[in-house]
Amino acid sequence: MFVSLGHRSVGLVEGFGNAGYFMADSVRALPDVRTWGRLTAQQMRRLGVDSLPIALFIAAFTGIVLALLASYVLTGAVPIYLVGTLVGKTIMMELGPVLTGLALAGRVGANIAAELGTMKVTEQVDALETLAYNPYAYLVIPRVLAGTVMFPVVVAFAMAMGVFTGWLAATTLLPITTPEFLRGLRLFFVPFDIQYGLIKSASFGFVISLIGCYLGLGARGGAEGVGNATTRTVVYSAEMILVLDAYWAVVLLRGA
Amino acid sequence: MIEFTDLYKAFGPNRVLEGFTLTVRDGETMVVIGYSGTGKSVAIKHVVGLLEPDSGQVAVDGQVVSTLDRHALTALRSRIGFVFQSSALFDSMTIFENLALGLRRRRDMTEAEIASRVTGALKLVDLSGTEHQMPAELSGGMRKRVGLARSIALRPKYMLYDEPTTGLDPVTSAVIDQLIVRTREALGVTSIVITHDMRSAYTVGDRIAMLFQGKIQQVGTVAEIQATTDPVVRQFIEGRPDARAPERASLADAGQVVGLEGMEA
Repeated sequence: MFVSLGHRSVGLVEGFGNAGYFMADSVRALPDVRTWGRLTAQQMRRLGVDSLPIALFIAAFTGIVLALLASYVLTGAVPIYLVGTLVGKTIMMELGPVLTGLALAGRVGANIAAELGTMKVTEQVDALETLAYNPYAYLVIPRVLAGTVMFPVVVAFAMAMGVFTGWLAATTLLPITTPEFLRGLRLFFVPFDIQYGLIKSASFGFVISLIGCYLGLGARGGAEGVGNATTRTVVYSAEMILVLDAYWAVVLLRGA
Repeated sequence: MIEFTDLYKAFGPNRVLEGFTLTVRDGETMVVIGYSGTGKSVAIKHVVGLLEPDSGQVAVDGQVVSTLDRHALTALRSRIGFVFQSSALFDSMTIFENLALGLRRRRDMTEAEIASRVTGALKLVDLSGTEHQMPAELSGGMRKRVGLARSIALRPKYMLYDEPTTGLDPVTSAVIDQLIVRTREALGVTSIVITHDMRSAYTVGDRIAMLFQGKIQQVGTVAEIQATTDPVVRQFIEGRPDARAPERASLADAGQVVGLEGMEA
């Protein structure tokens, strides 16, 4: 048992050490703007724009459910226009960023890990190096930058969609008028609500793409290694989203 | 000149190179032969800094590779073409983009010059007209030739070939051998060819070195290797089974290993 514990501890320290080297190599690649500049725009489209359909789909149904749930919880206790408040606050501050983040952990994180993992095990990453490219500048920086910049954009669209479908459900399925819904939506609204959601999503985008790159480039041993890297990326990304969600709540909401 | 000096490399408990020493002279084609898994590819990956030695050194034109900073290493890599065993073509790019990628990195060529260089390199490997195809649309032999063209396009001073004929039929292997010879004649490059295909070694090599148990067993001209009396090298080049334990090797042993005993002819 002690031997096993020792091996696990060594493995953990080694893992942190490798992650540290990975971060340091990535930072050192930042001055190579001519390599990553052009590729970042490409990745912004792939990781951001192409993720919009799934994000909007999730937000649409979340908005509907939230409106109906709010009505169910609040009926008889508080004014019905608070449905707008609950839909707005919840979508902007919590469910918009977190549900979109979890969906994109699967879509974007898995995509990055599988792509880079395959490149690694088929020697394409080595080939890049022999062609005098820095793989961190060519592969990692564009993806991490694109993830960090585009996640908030995708989440902003998801927020708008969630509020829209929440309004649609409230005005068509519940005894609420548009002015009542909007009154509730505006009641406790502060611009910080949106900022809070977008800051969280930027951190989710950064972490998901970074984990995907790290585990993808660390893939070993063919298809099985790529599969493992992809699975671990999705699992770790989902865990990190929940950890970061709690972190931002503690840092930005406590005492606000 | 490429000089391997007392190179040691291990992966965990697996010691691959143990005092590997070899000098490749300017303008020659050195073929490194040896059993699968004995570290031939590991050795040449040190030349371009893809691996770092545990001890010992590799020097290219007097520059010790493991001591170079990234800028110097990048400059060194731009003088070396590396043909990978798996071709390592970028599967999300067309053949043209695969060849142009390394040229664009140099930033001293216009797009027209790049296009002309790519066309010329593809012509040299008899693959004109494949510019707009994707790697997945090509056969294994064609992909190897594109990998060769990608390196040729860079007009390197050195070429490193990692098992260029592995997995190819004899005719396609012979075509690749011809291309290696043609590349040397056209560009005057210094080359290291990793292979265990003796026909290929005799065709392309000026000298042949055999790697055995982590170090060079013998190095010599093609004629010297063909006339060798070294039992390990002799057994390898003649393709007799189990060179590492010649006294126990027999066809019957091989049959037992793969479960053929008792089968009727």
